[in-house]
Amino acid sequence: MRNLKRQLLAGPYLIWMVGFVLLPVGMILYYALTTTSGQFTTFNITSITASVHLKALFLSLKLALACTLICLGLSYPLAMILNNMNGKRHGLIVFIFILPMWMNFMLRILAWKMLLSNNGVINTVLGYFGLPGLDVLNTPSAVVFCMVYDFLPFMILPIYNAMSRIEKDVIEAAKDLGAGSLTVFFKVILPLTMSGVVSGIIMVFVPALTSFAISDLLGGGKVLLIGNVIEQAFMQEYNWNLGSGLSLVLMVFVIVSMALMNSHGEEGGAGIC
Amino acid sequence: MLKKSAERAYLFLVFLFLYLPIIVLIVLSFNASKSKVQWGGFTLGWYQQLFSSSSMMEAFGTTILVSLLSALIATLLGTLAALGIDAMKKRGQAVMMGATNIPLLNADIVTGISMMLLFVRFTRLGLNTVIIAHITFNIPYVILNVLPKLKQSNRTTYEAALDLGATPFYAFYKIIWPQIRPGVFSGFLMAMTMSLDDFSVTYFTKGAGINTLSTMIYTEMRKGIRPEMYALSTILFLIALVLLLFMNFGPSARRGEKGGFK
Repeated sequence: MRNLKRQLLAGPYLIWMVGFVLLPVGMILYYALTTTSGQFTTFNITSITASVHLKALFLSLKLALACTLICLGLSYPLAMILNNMNGKRHGLIVFIFILPMWMNFMLRILAWKMLLSNNGVINTVLGYFGLPGLDVLNTPSAVVFCMVYDFLPFMILPIYNAMSRIEKDVIEAAKDLGAGSLTVFFKVILPLTMSGVVSGIIMVFVPALTSFAISDLLGGGKVLLIGNVIEQAFMQEYNWNLGSGLSLVLMVFVIVSMALMNSHGEEGGAGIC
Repeated sequence: MLKKSAERAYLFLVFLFLYLPIIVLIVLSFNASKSKVQWGGFTLGWYQQLFSSSSMMEAFGTTILVSLLSALIATLLGTLAALGIDAMKKRGQAVMMGATNIPLLNADIVTGISMMLLFVRFTRLGLNTVIIAHITFNIPYVILNVLPKLKQSNRTTYEAALDLGATPFYAFYKIIWPQIRPGVFSGFLMAMTMSLDDFSVTYFTKGAGINTLSTMIYTEMRKGIRPEMYALSTILFLIALVLLLFMNFGPSARRGEKGGFK
């Protein structure tokens, strides 16, 4: 089985990866470290310390953290409830919670933009009951709200998968040996689902930290995240060197936060895939 | 009993959070009035407008073309790669899997930008560049679906077939292929979903005048919300429903397996 001929089947993939994964990352490095005239500089990278960029980075971190925590808080109980259900309808109920996540990402943003707008459904319902309307559109709260809606599946699925892999016998054994339900939770269920939690956190935190479409559409230009800064550098100012420099910083940021997370859990971020 | 009802209530609240936006979109797609809150009578007019809008239809066609083609090519390359990686020694496998994880773990915006820089340098942005970019981020999903099936597959039968005089290709087709087929299939479906849902990578790698649904809705939404988009949402939701039903309860579904849901 372990022959050279069969290993060669991975050849096309290897070439593809070098050409379209490694080389592009190299291009970012090249642009990040040069000026428009091609001279070496570190200015593009150090410009992250400019107050506008730093502010955007901190806001991104804040919103991404908020989004991750909310998703975790919502998903863990949900996964537990779903996992404890049994009977015929179990598959169907899990299905119901997965379906909305399959709707196009952009259309899910559209739905919230419409619901949250000043003359939208939510405000009309509130007004009907005589309550003051919410004016959240174009604020960071609206962005976090929509991020939670968009990225919740990435938290639910790995936690649910980890939980469904726990053998019922293990829990039974713990109970037989005299553990109360709190002990069972902290000593058995939580440690065994930690890998799912870690993957979930990574899979929510990274897109939340780097997204630019949600803040662009729901922030009304007032919520500037690091993703927006990079997008504008490329698509509006055509300053590719600056954009690449900031992308490089973002990349390092993502890698470091993932390494930090991974050192706390045994399985890597790709665990749920 | 109290615990049970609390659980029910929680499930219902999350259910509402997930479905309320979709239900409102679907209802509004049949609303004759342009208002977001007033019911002006039933109409199919927005659907008619949607189908008669050439830009919408073009974007729809591009989306289908890009996701089908990129998923197909990614499945081919990814399955071959999985076969090759499976035959490697431990160290080679670790290196290949590490590289496979790069596009998975990289932020979409970085993947998109990095490829844009490459394409602009060596060619022009167009439809091809979008397809290449999609293939690139799709391949890892295929590999991660096929490789576990290969590891579970029974090797001795394959070797026995070779000993008994089968050609490697025949032995592969008769023995390995049936065992990895579900993995290849779910890898293909996952790749297609990722590709259908992608916005960031397409946004940076597309040429002028080329739009998938995601990028077009984005451009339109910056100008304002048009009721045709409610109709589009309803149709896409139904497509997702059918696809997911097929994947989870269809002939090839085996529940409880890794990757079965996503």
